[in-house]
Order: sequence, then structure tokens, then C-alpha cells
Amino acid sequence: MQQPSCPPPPSRPAAAAALLVLADGRFPAGGHAHSGGAEAAVRAGRITGPDSLEDFCRGRLHTAGLVAAALAAAACAGLDPVELDAAADVRTPSPALRATARRLGRQLMRAARAVWPAPELAALAAARPRGAHQPVVLGAAARAAGLTPHDAALAAGYETVSGPATAVVRLLGLDPFRATAVLARLGGELDEVAGRAVAAAGRAATGGTGELPAASAPLLEITAEAHAAWPTRLFAS
Amino acid sequence: MTGAAAPAAVPAGLSASARVAAGPGGTLPVLAGDGPLALRRTRAAGPYAQVTLVGAMSAPLGGDRLRLAAEARPGAALRITSAAAMVALPGRGGGAARFDTELTVRQGGELRWLPEPLISARGSELVTHARIDLAADARLVFREEQVLGRSGEEGGRLTSRITVRWAGRTVLDQELSTGPGAPGWDGGAVLGGHRAVGQLLVVDPAAYGEGGRPAEPRPLGGTAALLPLAGAPAVLVTALAPDALALRRLLDTVTP
Amino acid sequence: MHRDHPVTFPGRHTHGAQAVRPDGRRRALRIGLGGPVGSGKTATVAALCRTLRDEVAIGVVTNDIYTREDADFLLRNAVLPAERITAVETGACPHTAIRDDISANLEAVEELEEAAGPLDLVLVESGGDNLTATFSHGLVDAQVFVIDVAGGDDIPRKGGPGVTTADLLVVNKTDLAPYVGSDLGLMARDAKAQRGGLPVVFTALTRPGGVGPVADWVRGRLAAWRTGGTQ
Repeated sequence: MQQPSCPPPPSRPAAAAALLVLADGRFPAGGHAHSGGAEAAVRAGRITGPDSLEDFCRGRLHTAGLVAAALAAAACAGLDPVELDAAADVRTPSPALRATARRLGRQLMRAARAVWPAPELAALAAARPRGAHQPVVLGAAARAAGLTPHDAALAAGYETVSGPATAVVRLLGLDPFRATAVLARLGGELDEVAGRAVAAAGRAATGGTGELPAASAPLLEITAEAHAAWPTRLFAS
Repeated sequence: MTGAAAPAAVPAGLSASARVAAGPGGTLPVLAGDGPLALRRTRAAGPYAQVTLVGAMSAPLGGDRLRLAAEARPGAALRITSAAAMVALPGRGGGAARFDTELTVRQGGELRWLPEPLISARGSELVTHARIDLAADARLVFREEQVLGRSGEEGGRLTSRITVRWAGRTVLDQELSTGPGAPGWDGGAVLGGHRAVGQLLVVDPAAYGEGGRPAEPRPLGGTAALLPLAGAPAVLVTALAPDALALRRLLDTVTP
Repeated sequence: MHRDHPVTFPGRHTHGAQAVRPDGRRRALRIGLGGPVGSGKTATVAALCRTLRDEVAIGVVTNDIYTREDADFLLRNAVLPAERITAVETGACPHTAIRDDISANLEAVEELEEAAGPLDLVLVESGGDNLTATFSHGLVDAQVFVIDVAGGDDIPRKGGPGVTTADLLVVNKTDLAPYVGSDLGLMARDAKAQRGGLPVVFTALTRPGGVGPVADWVRGRLAAWRTGGTQ
């Protein structure tokens, strides 16, 4: 990828509070119907309570979460979102997860364009009418909202753990206080992941998308295919 | 990729490299390697020139830097195997070992990369990176198996990355980190208690490209799946198993 | 023929989704059907499709609790070709998908219109929920709330957003009223008190032509939509 310099962010005041809007679990972008692999893990007996939920979330955060955070940070920094979208494909061998990422990306694009209208969002929507990968759209939305790449990385990383935690509350009847405590305990690691993601996005700005992390989680990839074929399920993924 | 230079604190380990190139008609114009990367020509059925890695007795140790480059030149068919599993062991002074593999398949060429598993012994630390570069009509069968710990032993730290370019574009980039210090690696998202993890990558334009039939994704039991890649005539099988034997049985069912 | 009274709930008619598609054509009228579990939402959708499918091009989006049971019911009963029916998964929160986060349903409606060609009417059926579940005006142009006499004749009196604000209240299974001891007259009086001028119809879907009053209301909505009356 040739990306010697990134376009400057749109000229609007930095709005730190926009991060609260973007990362709010009620942001209407479709996330509530997805479990991030937790439904399959619950069915397989790999998540049975707060401890195994924490293990699951920690693994997801440092794999899919790190990749998502780096893609979001890079998109927020102004790297070409179409190239980032290709980099996301390359890091997502499961067709079911690619389809989910594009579907959620399109839903997020719909919401983001209504909330933070920007020509760059419109351009990405036109370039990927079936949806770009959700973390790329998240980064572009953060950019449109005047947020920083670090904000985008935090939001993307947080989503990769908050989704499963919320889903497990519904799937197992898990005490919501304990599920939320899991998220709080992962806070330090989320900060660390966001820092690594921003650093990788910085390297990608000069060295190309090959500099982005490619951490993978085999069970997430494997079980996503089986889950997509279940005749009945509560969550879309 | 990070870490172009070794950290200064790492004690000097062994540095070894090997090169092999296959030409048409079963020729091997390049065949060089020594120490843990000693290569021998071995007999094979079919059109393949076959090379077997015979020296990987107890390597890599921590601090070692190994590099293997294999090339199937235009129209060549190359098959690479190994005589025994490679065992990553801790080094005398600690520090990570590196094992880099560069596999190139030129137009009309074919490479079958079918080594024995890599075993990550307790206390070891190894970083591997396989970089694969394929011409648009190249064919590839690439198998990678990792076993965490010898029998009854916990595994070491293992980070392995595979980057595949096909027709000039990157089509797969995957890294897996397991063992002590890799956060969440044994949870329900990553390995979930399994101790053997493998990948089989098949790139075959005739089978999956234009004129062929695009592959359909499908689960293979509960712990493996066949995954057609985006934008390439390729499928990746990712598989988990309790041990090396079960993993091989699983991958054998889908190896063309 | 039903006459709509937009002045009763002005908000309902001011926040609808864009009525014109990106290509400039007027999109399909979107009608939501909500109501408690088992009241007959899917049966109403099926009956509407059978009654109206020769008059207008219909698509259906279902919001199932479990994947696509309702969509499969409609397919099995062959009320529409398969490409006219799609299912949205709701992550165990059916009301969220029709009210708080409508993004998946909007995608589904638009994909139906793209895949099945120009449609006149899209019915969005919610997953069975409770009396508070209503549709967002960003998703549908009008909504029908379906209750039944077997759920108790005090439901209209209890009210709730579905009963009080839906554009049409359907009281289904009137044929069961004698067996469950429900007073249809009481239900009608309570509904009128709760809903002001908004219409209420009583149906027995198991009887021939049972969906007629609902179909007539939909026809009225369609006529108004075509002339730009609902937006």
C-alpha cells in the first residue's frame, strides 16, 4: 500500500464526548443482535460463568479485538478505508465472520451517516455498498465525529468484549453485575490493546497494511461457521 | 511485521539457513542447508521433486535464527517433508528463537509443504513466520501443525504468522499466539483447552477459480472448519484437536 | 373504508423514514404488526398476503425470537414466494429490533425491495413481546397491534403503548370469546376509551374472510400512500 501521508482530519472541533455516543451499547447500529461468538461458546460449554466469560473476552480482545482496534485507528487516522477493508478480509478467513462484519459495517454506516454526516462516510458507503468491515466503518465514523485514532481503537476494542458480555447475560442468566465487572477488570488490557493498535496504525501509515496486527482466534473462526448453520439461535452471530 | 532486528539482550544463538529450488522435470538446481536445516533429496511418487528436512533434531533453541527458502520455479512440482517433528526448546540464556520460511511458487508451479508438527516444549519461546508468494496459476498445499507441549507437558510460548500473497495481492494474514504470556490463549475464544492446532491451506485455481467450483464453507466436526478465502481460489482449514495424532487424522481427511 | 386521523398523534406522521428511494421512486408502504405472543400476528400476516397478493406486490420481514420460525411458517404455507420473505435476528430482544435499534430491519426491508423488485407493501412482523412494544416511526409508516380475546378481555383497559397508539388495533379470535368468557362489548368500549378516534377491528382469522377488516384498512393506507397522503 502506498500511503505516504494521511489526509488531515476534517476540520471540526475535537469532541471527546462523541466517544460516549459512539461506544454506547444503545448506539443503533445492530450490535445488540450479535453475541461475538459467545452463543456458540455457551452451547459448547466453554462459557459457563463469570470466569470463563472473562477468559473468552480476554482471548477475543487480544485477537479479533486488537485487529479491529488497529483497523479502526487506521481508518480514523485517515488511511484509505478501502485498503483497510481489504486488510480486514485478509485477516478474516471465516466467510461467516466476513459476512457479519460487512452487515454490521453497513448498519453502522447507516447510523453514523445520520449522526455525523461527512463526505468521507458517503464516499466509503459508495465504494462498499454491501458494507465495509465494521471496524473500518467505526474508524471512519470516529473520524467524522472528530475523535482520535486512540478513541476509535478503544471503542472497537471495547465492542469486542461488551458484546459477548451482554449476550451471556441473556444466554445464561448471568448476574449482570458480575458480567459488567468482567468488563471493568479487562479495562487495563483494553487500554494496552488500544495503545498497540494505535502504534500499528502509525506504522501502517508509512509501511502499508501489512504492518497491522493479524492476531487470530481459531475457535471464533471455527465456531462462527457452525453457528451460522444452526437452524435456531438467539443471536445473528 | 515487527522485530526486524533481534533485541540486543538476546544471547547469540545458532543461525542457520537452507535454500531449495525445484525446476521442471524433477530437477533441484538449488539444495543447500546444514545443521538443524539439513535437507536431503528423497524419493517421491508422481512428478514431484521431494526434499526432506532431516536435521531438526533439537532445534530451534532459544536465540536461534533459522531461515528456510523454497521455490518451485515455473512448471516445477516440489514436495517438502520432514523426517521428524521439530521441537522448540528453551535456550541457555533464554530469549526467543525465530524460524522464517519463504515459500515461492512461480507460474505453473506447485508446492506441497507437508512437514511433521512443530512441538513447543515447556519454557521455549519461538516466533515463526511463513511468507508465501504465489503466481496466479500456482498450486499450493501447505500444512502447519503445532503441538503445545510434549506428552504430559505444558507448552512454551509460540507465535506463528502466515502471510500469503497470491497474484501480487495479500490474501491471508493470520497470527496465532499461544502459551504463557499470550493473554486469553486458552479461553473459549482461542484454543479452549485444545493442545494441537493446525492449518491446511489449499490454493488451486483450477479447482476453485474461474471455471472451477467455488468452495462452500463447512464445519468439520465441532473443532474444525473449511473456510474459502476472500478474493483467491483458496480454502483454509483451521483445526483444533486434543493431540497431534487426532489433528493429523482431521487434516488428512481434507488434504488433496 | 377507514379514514385516518393523523392529528391525533402528530408525532407519528412527522418522523417516518424517507418515503422516496435513492432512485427517486416512491418506496413500498411499510406496515408493522406487533402484539403479544400467540395473538395471531403471523396468522394475520399470512391471511393478509393471501388476500392482497393478487392486488399488490408484498414483501414480509419477520423478527423472530429464535432465528426464523415465523419466516419458515410463511414459507411452508406458501403465502408468498421465498424471495419475498426475510427474517431478522433480534438477539433475544425483539422490541429492540423494531424500536430502539432499527438498523437490521431497515437493511432487511431495503434488501427485500432490491431483491424482489419494486414492492407496494412491506409487512414487518415483530417478535411476540409485551404490551409496551411498538415500532419506531423510522422503520414503519403505520402499525397494527394484534391482541386476542383469549388473552383476557381486560387488555384494552390496561392500555399500554401498543393498545393506545397503534394505527389499528386488531382484536383477534372473536370466535373463542364464548369459550374463554371474554366480553367483546366491554373490549370495544375500553378500546374506544383508550384510543380516541383510532380504529379497532374484531377478527376471527379461522373463519373465511376473517382478515377482511384488516385487509380493508391496509387498502386504505395503500391508497393514501400512493397519493402521498402518509408522510
